[in-house]
Amino acid sequence: MKEVINLPVHSIEEEEYHINMGPQHPSTHGVLRLVVTLQGEIVKKLKPHCGYIHRGIEKMCEKDTYPQIIHLTDRMDYLSAHINNHGVCLLVENALQIEVPERVKYIRTIIDELTRIQSHQLWWASFGMDLGGLTCFFYGLRDREKILDIWEESFGSRLLHSYYTPGGLMQDIHPDFQKKVREFLKYFRKKIRDFDRILTGNVIFRERTCGIGYMSRETAINYGITGPSGRGSGWSCDVRKHHPYALYDKVEFREVLRDEGDTYGRYMVRMEEMRESMHIIEQLIDNIPAGDCSAKMKAVLRLPAGEYFQRVETARGELGIYCISDGNKTPLRMKFRTPSFINLGVLDHISREMKIADLVAIGGSLDLVIPDIDR
Amino acid sequence: MDAEKLTEKILALVPEAAPEENKQFISFLVPADKLKYLASQLREKKELDFDFLFCLTGVDRGTDLGVVYHLASTTHQHELVLKVRTPDRENPVFDTVSDLWKTADFLEREVWDLFGIRFRGHSDLRRIFLEEDWIGYPLRKDYKDDINIVEL
Repeated sequence: MKEVINLPVHSIEEEEYHINMGPQHPSTHGVLRLVVTLQGEIVKKLKPHCGYIHRGIEKMCEKDTYPQIIHLTDRMDYLSAHINNHGVCLLVENALQIEVPERVKYIRTIIDELTRIQSHQLWWASFGMDLGGLTCFFYGLRDREKILDIWEESFGSRLLHSYYTPGGLMQDIHPDFQKKVREFLKYFRKKIRDFDRILTGNVIFRERTCGIGYMSRETAINYGITGPSGRGSGWSCDVRKHHPYALYDKVEFREVLRDEGDTYGRYMVRMEEMRESMHIIEQLIDNIPAGDCSAKMKAVLRLPAGEYFQRVETARGELGIYCISDGNKTPLRMKFRTPSFINLGVLDHISREMKIADLVAIGGSLDLVIPDIDR
Repeated sequence: MDAEKLTEKILALVPEAAPEENKQFISFLVPADKLKYLASQLREKKELDFDFLFCLTGVDRGTDLGVVYHLASTTHQHELVLKVRTPDRENPVFDTVSDLWKTADFLEREVWDLFGIRFRGHSDLRRIFLEEDWIGYPLRKDYKDDINIVEL
């Protein structure tokens, strides 16, 4: 007679298994690989693997002059290209003690805020798409295009501009710049209400974001989560308020803080920030003073030997640039503390015990840009 | 806390710490074996309360390797820079601070990856950007790449 063998039966809910999310997963928006340990569909552990587009920007900086470095910073967080440029420019200007003309400060502040708006627009578009609302993607990109058109007219490029140079700007703005920006503000004030109508009030969206991926204020500080993600947990970490640069100490604006700490909180911070950015631009756009668009600069820039640290608020958080100079025209060491790299660190912590579908929402709410992680 | 008081506090905790000239921050060169003690005191003492590590940088000055820590307190709004150095290029080791500040977890892995500085006590010290079998540490000044021999 045949013996009946009783094999132990494992249900899929009990067993832990690993799956690779990425490097080609659409919701990571780039080449990031997450090795997710799952039990059923509950995330137990998550290990990010980065480096798929590591270009060694910090090593390249050691061979480049300061004006050349600006072109590399575009390629880190390409959605905050202007703000990255601004960081390097401020570092060089502060080290050489150069006072830039008032006009430059006005233009830089306006363009930085336009950068923030278009970055948040693209984030909103892709975040909506990740959660299943394809309409968001079209609406978001349609409105972002308006800003890119204004930029193309003034700087001749749409994504990687390198428009700021140490001491000022590459060239003056287009004569139509102010008119076009005013038109855009009028247009987007109306359209942002559509953004709210489509997504913010949507029941499915609320269900998928409220209470998902909770991060306390202490966790945010401990992991160093800056930018809208940190402010969504109620941590006041806006560089524009705490260490003002350009005209941020002169304009009136509110640092958006939310206490929820979940995906919805981080979402709301960005929505409010777009309105605050428009408010900042409205204060400046009508009174850009006339004058030069660059200070007098030497042909070869040599920073005095020493150490310099400059931080700026990009659309994703605090970008810290640490430079050690030995008096040569190239730095001895250039370190970029990029916000996406630091913010990625908390993903494991806040997505544990969540469902795999929520991981997409949580990852989207951190607004990671992969070249900014890898550098 | 103002600069003088903070300097006093740190010298009281670690008398061997050497103040460095720095226009932006209060800066100290700390002996490597005292780093962990000082860091944990900075984190835990209520009047210091350095809860935000905003930058951690590996530095190769050609002769010695080092790590620079940029610290800030979100309650008292003061900032501080600590540095450690070692002349040992074969097997440089420092104590980890990733148990005090979680943000150091990734940043220390990056320093290990690109400078070859190990951190004692780190829970998961793997390469972060390069492959596990990569030979050499690219951000060191004496790094030679045999494949990409184009010199900039």
